[in-house]
Amino acid sequence: MAVTEAVDLTAQPKGKHLWLEHVYDWVTSVDHKKIGIMYIVYSLFFLVIAGVMALVIRLQLMVPNNHVVSPQTFNRLFTMHGTTMVFFVGMPILFGFGNYLVPLMIGARDMAFPRLNAFSFWLSAFGGILLYFSYLGGEGLFGAGSAPDVGWFAYAPLTEKVFSPGHSTDYWTLSLLLTGIGTVATSINLMVTMISMRCKGMTMTRMPLLPWLYFVTSFLALIAIGPLTAAQVMLMLDRYVGSHFFDTQAGGSAILWVHFFWIFGHPEVYILVMPAFAFANEIIPVFSRKAIFGYPAMVAASVSIAFISAGVWAHHMFTIGLGPGANTFFTLSTMIIAVPTGIKIFNWLATLWGGKIRFKSPMLFCLAFLFQFLVAGLTGIMLSAAPFDWQLGNSYFVIAHFHYVLVGAILFCIFGAFYYWYPKAIGRMMNERLGKWHFWLMVIGFHLTFDFMHVPGILGMPRRIYTYEAGRGWEYWNMIVGIGAVFQAVATLVFVYNLVWSYKHGEIAGRDPWDAWTLEWTTSSPPPDYNFALAPSVGSRRPLWDLKHPEDPDSNYE
Amino acid sequence: MSTIPLDHELDETPWVLPDRGISAMILLIIAESAIFIIFVVGYIFYLGKSLSGPKPADVLELPIFSSICLLSSSLTAHFAVSTLRKAKTAACAAWLALTVALGTIFITSTGIEWHHLIYEKGLTIQTNLFGTTFYSLVGLHASHVIVGLCLLLVALIAALRGKLNEHHAERLEVLSLYWHFVDGVWVIVFAVVYVLGR
Amino acid sequence: MSVIVERALGAVGTGEAMLFHRPFGFLGLAIEGGSPTSIFRPDATPAHSIFGLSMFILAITGTIFAVVTGLLIYALIKFRQREADTSGEPAQIFGSTQIETAWTVIPLLIVVVMFLTAARVILATQAIPKPAKTLDVQVVGHQFWWEYRYPKQGFVTANELHIPASDPAHPLPTYLEMSSADVIHSFWVPRLAGKLDVVPQHVNTMWFDPSKPGLYLGQCAQYCGVNHAKMLLRVYVDSPEDFAAWVKRQQAVPEGVTSTDPAIAEGKLVFEKNACVNCHTVSGTVAKGRFGPDLTHVGSRDTIASGAIENTPENLRKWIEDPNQMKPGALMPAMRLNDRDLDAVTKYMTALR
Repeated sequence: MAVTEAVDLTAQPKGKHLWLEHVYDWVTSVDHKKIGIMYIVYSLFFLVIAGVMALVIRLQLMVPNNHVVSPQTFNRLFTMHGTTMVFFVGMPILFGFGNYLVPLMIGARDMAFPRLNAFSFWLSAFGGILLYFSYLGGEGLFGAGSAPDVGWFAYAPLTEKVFSPGHSTDYWTLSLLLTGIGTVATSINLMVTMISMRCKGMTMTRMPLLPWLYFVTSFLALIAIGPLTAAQVMLMLDRYVGSHFFDTQAGGSAILWVHFFWIFGHPEVYILVMPAFAFANEIIPVFSRKAIFGYPAMVAASVSIAFISAGVWAHHMFTIGLGPGANTFFTLSTMIIAVPTGIKIFNWLATLWGGKIRFKSPMLFCLAFLFQFLVAGLTGIMLSAAPFDWQLGNSYFVIAHFHYVLVGAILFCIFGAFYYWYPKAIGRMMNERLGKWHFWLMVIGFHLTFDFMHVPGILGMPRRIYTYEAGRGWEYWNMIVGIGAVFQAVATLVFVYNLVWSYKHGEIAGRDPWDAWTLEWTTSSPPPDYNFALAPSVGSRRPLWDLKHPEDPDSNYE
Repeated sequence: MSTIPLDHELDETPWVLPDRGISAMILLIIAESAIFIIFVVGYIFYLGKSLSGPKPADVLELPIFSSICLLSSSLTAHFAVSTLRKAKTAACAAWLALTVALGTIFITSTGIEWHHLIYEKGLTIQTNLFGTTFYSLVGLHASHVIVGLCLLLVALIAALRGKLNEHHAERLEVLSLYWHFVDGVWVIVFAVVYVLGR
Repeated sequence: MSVIVERALGAVGTGEAMLFHRPFGFLGLAIEGGSPTSIFRPDATPAHSIFGLSMFILAITGTIFAVVTGLLIYALIKFRQREADTSGEPAQIFGSTQIETAWTVIPLLIVVVMFLTAARVILATQAIPKPAKTLDVQVVGHQFWWEYRYPKQGFVTANELHIPASDPAHPLPTYLEMSSADVIHSFWVPRLAGKLDVVPQHVNTMWFDPSKPGLYLGQCAQYCGVNHAKMLLRVYVDSPEDFAAWVKRQQAVPEGVTSTDPAIAEGKLVFEKNACVNCHTVSGTVAKGRFGPDLTHVGSRDTIASGAIENTPENLRKWIEDPNQMKPGALMPAMRLNDRDLDAVTKYMTALR
């Protein structure tokens, strides 16, 4: 092995003094790391906005017959909360991490198409701004306060001009079209990066699991965004040129929209959750001090989840009257997803088994993820049985179930990923003490909110109602749910404070603070613009393990 | 700043990965196919469900000549790439010109067809479900043809000005992949709209 | 407004219902707290069979939960990093084909069992032939209210569905043929059956056969616009005799139409001179509109505004004055009647019994 250290002889860039120079630097950047960070900051901003919306929603529902907000405002709140969280928090934050990490982990110097990368970020960014501009422009500049109010899945014909006059629905459609294009471009970019930019020796079977899962998730985005785009175009044609796709008065079909939306919408859930799996796949082994158990099984499970997820959309439609045949088929296809998902959970358990588990903040979040994802999977099985879904569908049970996935699994993994990779991106560790506070507040808040949210669903409380009568047995549960939301809000504040505090005061991280094994930890923290001074070459899935244990390299076993 | 060197003594087989442009175009084609599939499904779903006339059989005529033009333009696009690869720039320019001409014939005849349908048969996108699905599906395809024509035109101008050489063969191939895709979609649109739907 | 819920509670809060839940005793009770809309208190066939399936799936998922959580906690305690341990990295294990096969095949078998159980309930609910003797009702969803048409009995009503109790020895199930006049709604009365969407230009059929008389509550379960939350459902299960009497009253011309009381007659006149008749029907009069609820027997109903407001003369008057004050988003406009006309119309409505 050659032992030469590569020395960076590039001239240090001149210090920048004006804030405008910094802004210029970021706005015009095509560096995958900067774009990744911009994605993440942008999503955090929207996370806070949509989180505040959730707080108002919970406040309104804490007691029966409440009048904090009007029904019109409430309907806008849940529509914007859902749309924002899915399209302007979930997707961009995950693609942000992907942007930052994938090139580093496969030993590339940038994405395959850096300028396209910047283009897609700015498309997505403007999409979000366009959506929120509806608060000003939804009814022309004079009729302020008319954001979309059709729900995030916007069932036709409620979205047709007759039932949704004004322009609020158009803002919704256009902003999703715009971000959709950005997402497709990023997906193509990430996939091509992984196909054509891997460093020497990194065959597909040696690629770490994070890039692998991003590969699967990008492919899923590629085939799922198309149907959404097509449906949005049809809706726009209906609203603007008077076509009749979803116009039931002219023979159009309301059910067709529901099909199109969920052909996108169900894979979308997996687009969001795969990156969360990806983070867990990197963090759990490092903090258990063991290689991931069953790498080929993990890859196979992810690929099969992607394939099966393209054939389960109608489980969102068990109550729409598809008939017994379709209901039976989609019950089966949905239940089968439990198998590859179970394989993943068991493999993570087996990775912990026999390890030496270190309970640092990133690991704490991933362990909570493991438990919560188990519960989410089990309630998912309940909902997959069509008859059970006839009762539970569109009730608060469903809300609790998918928030268990989106918050309990995805957001927890994202928090874990922050604690894990912040030192790489910033060069300083995040405060561990604040991290523990953040974790425990979040766990308490999460379980107060979403454990107890299942109950009103069982007691017959449908989603999207702005208020309810006393005497249905819902009020105590909604009260507890509301209190939990406050805990989560405080936890998030602690987290944001930690991000800011650690930026200036965190302990200096060094190259490899976690004693980890993948390529990103070989370069300095933060990495230079070109990532690697010498193009790395690898001989196994854990190149740093090989380096640290030359007597027993992984390449002997793979 | 420095980097831990990772320099495994690998065998000296060259490390070759697929071309970026071609990979990206294949993926773009997959994404576009998803959009087209939805529009085709919509067309088939609404076949015969219009509440009023005109019906497809009343107004549609088989666009055989323009279809032949479009499909043969795939062949000429292919020749443009293969001649460029052999550094025959003049031949490449000629093939490109022919491709553009054939594509233009196609798009013009689509325009004539639409004019006929709108002004003589009274079928617009608002008339009924047939009009809705017909104009959106055929229009989606036509817009792809127009994008392709613009890109081909750029290549043709570059060729005529002598700025195109064999190093650009990969790029032209990416463009020709897109053009083949647009032609392939037309086969499906033709089958669904003019054969199955009539 | 308390009467609305109390009557429903009266129908469910019996010892029998509690007894039924003994297997899940404390937990069941704690969760329900006497809710009139709990899915775990079924009172008709589809809801019963769904409840049975739910318990089966809960038992399986509960077992999986206990086992996996147990393993996870055990692993976290047993394999935690210990202070004194300085022996370096643990043994690296990369996987095992046998173990992977085991935890692929076993879950697959569990899935097959659950699927077959679920499929049985699907087929038993949606794929059985319609019996000869049924009560047929057509349900039409409207933005924020329900229209019920009894084609064989020849009358129309709104918002309060009356059906006969079905004697298990001589079953008389109710069949609902549901469709929507505008956007998608969903019909959900948890104690009778699972929900089924009410879709424009598409007919869905659901059925149930409750045996115990009482009031069953529910509400629209598909977001349908501004006042989706107040689109409530009330199903009155009457004893066969009560139901027959109710049908008879519905078929008769209401007393308000034929009344000679001058106050009521004035109200009728105001009603018919205004735009009310464009949207509402009162059978036996010139009012034949179909956009709003049929008002023929509105005076005999317990509630107005789709179950949201108790039907008292004061509430009725406030409603007619400006519906949007009481139920934001209601499509009925404020009719700008003067006080005298308001009183008269209220009187007329109350007399439509």
